[in-house]
Amino acid sequence: MTEKRRFPIGDSILELSNISLSFGGVKAITDTSFKVRTHEIRAIIGPNGAGKSSLLNCINGIYKPQEGTITFKGEVLSKINPNFIARKGISRTFQNLALFKRMSVLDNILVGRRLHETASFIEVALQLPKAKREEKQNREKSEEIIEFLEIQGIRDTLVGKLPYGLQKKVELGRALATGAEVLLLDEPMAGMNVEEKREMCRFILKVNDELGTTMILIEHDMGVVMDISDSVVVLDYGKIIADGPPDEVRSNQNVIDAYLGVAHD
Amino acid sequence: MRTQPVFMTFKKDDIINFVVLMTLAFIIIPMTVKTDYWYTSILIPWLCLSLAAIGQQIVMGYTGQLALGAAGFMAAGAFACFNLVLRVPDLPFVGALALSGLIAAAFGILFGLPSLRVRGIYLMVATLASQFFIIWMIDKFGWFKNYDTSGIITTQDIVIFGKSLTSPMEMFFVLVVIVTVLTLLAMNMARGSTGRRWMAVRDMDIAAESMGISLLRTKLQAFAISAFYCGVAGALFAFTYLKSLEPVAFDIKLSFKILFMVILGGLGTINGAFIGAAFILLFPVVLNTVGNNVFHGSIDATIISATEQVVFGVLIIVFMIYEPLGMAKLWDSIKQRLFGRNSKESEAPVDQADVGKQGS
Ligand SMILES: Nc1ncnc2c1ncn2[C@@H]1O[C@H](COP(=O)(O)OP(=O)(O)OP(=O)(O)O)[C@@H](O)[C@H]1O
Ligand SMILES: [Mg+2]
Repeated sequence: MTEKRRFPIGDSILELSNISLSFGGVKAITDTSFKVRTHEIRAIIGPNGAGKSSLLNCINGIYKPQEGTITFKGEVLSKINPNFIARKGISRTFQNLALFKRMSVLDNILVGRRLHETASFIEVALQLPKAKREEKQNREKSEEIIEFLEIQGIRDTLVGKLPYGLQKKVELGRALATGAEVLLLDEPMAGMNVEEKREMCRFILKVNDELGTTMILIEHDMGVVMDISDSVVVLDYGKIIADGPPDEVRSNQNVIDAYLGVAHD
Repeated sequence: MRTQPVFMTFKKDDIINFVVLMTLAFIIIPMTVKTDYWYTSILIPWLCLSLAAIGQQIVMGYTGQLALGAAGFMAAGAFACFNLVLRVPDLPFVGALALSGLIAAAFGILFGLPSLRVRGIYLMVATLASQFFIIWMIDKFGWFKNYDTSGIITTQDIVIFGKSLTSPMEMFFVLVVIVTVLTLLAMNMARGSTGRRWMAVRDMDIAAESMGISLLRTKLQAFAISAFYCGVAGALFAFTYLKSLEPVAFDIKLSFKILFMVILGGLGTINGAFIGAAFILLFPVVLNTVGNNVFHGSIDATIISATEQVVFGVLIIVFMIYEPLGMAKLWDSIKQRLFGRNSKESEAPVDQADVGKQGS
């Protein structure tokens, strides 16, 4: 990490307080609280089934926690649905890829520009100046992202036909296109080889550095987590067992017992 | 690499297609087709049903909502137009047509509501209710039929710029203009931000929502626009083709026909609506002609119509399984073979180097 950051880590931007979530009898998350500071890369780690994805789903409004509150930029998020949360400035990628399979790469990324589109369908149908102007701007922005991710060669390919690694990149592109302040990345490097992981890390660090985007990242690869995160939350059986800077977490006995002791990959 | 500015909705290919089609409609067809039969029995219903198929395409092909009730919205449009022309004499025909579309759109929103809760086959059943409800309503309240008791009402003359349309060719021209305008509008929507939202909802609704797309608004909008197209199509179908109005003309069979047009033509393409409509309309004609001329009537008419049903059924299954993009895709491939041109729906080649690097 560079010493001088363009966007130094600031105060808390997102705060989870006493979140509990269960599915029928299964307790996925129990009384979990933690903070995310502006401009930081916050990793969430933990064994399979620890509740990491469920936690992201709560932040993004897909799941409704039975208890607890989520505060974003000093405001308690009242309505819990993904559309509302997206409008607040939180975007995400999914663990099992949730791309628009029958649309091209460019169109997928353009959907990410949704919140920058204000023209009504009538303006679009008649191609009135506002619709044209917006479309032009959003296309330019999307092309920039395609260039940034170095995927120009596949811009017009249907996403469903792409190999897994490329789909992961496209999904990151779509999340970036939103211009959200906070990105939730659910295992963005899962199933990638070392080369691809390194590339993905580079993109994540670059976005964080250049735009100051706050990232919450779930990742199993401890090497990656130690390399790129500013602080780490460790979940086990839906509970936080450690929270702090990477090296502190690494030497925590609870973590070693619960997580590092278990062989991953 | 792309040669045109990327933000243009229409590409060079489209402009060429447009010019070719307009030349065909306004010069070549009028010069070569002299018999009324072709206009009244083929071209006019083809354009009307293509328009309805665009409506079905929007809700099903683009938004992925398995709706079945296009004919109900067509009936709403047709009866609305009849009543508007009857009761508001000062209203120009095109105005009545647009209002009919809007009235159908209101029904579209109402009967699109189940799509917020159910999907797939359940939605199909729910939207089927719209069909029955609209037909029932028209039958139940005499006002819609102007208290006509004969069962069949004759539609009024179409008056455009103070002139009554009389010849089938004139009607064809007017239809070409209306259908072209509505098709261009549909293409603009489909290729723009509106269409992207429809397709996003179709392909992965939870991700669409996470990008800030309201499922409620997008689905209901698609239903409304779809019903608008069906409503206008229904009014035109009644006024230019049937020349009469009776609810049974808009029964469930017509809804299925329009559904098949979209499946055979290709889901999620505007061209597919026209190709599918042409196929569904022309295939029985071709079959009959072959039956009569080649076998000189030695084949029973019931066998011919049975053949028709079997062929449709088989084709639909084949297309559903092997080529969801339908005939529009086949047509694209043929065009590409013949002219070596890449059109919008065909995929760009994957950059080999890029894929290779991923070691998929
Ligand atoms: N929609 C759901 N319905 C029922 N149970 C669920 C649902 N989502 C998650 N769970 C349960 O909640 C627990 C936590 O799951 P979650 O997916 O959050 O784990 P995770 O930490 O992301 O695991 P992984 O590393 O495998 O992705 C699991 O026991 C899982 O079975
Ligand atoms: Mg997970």
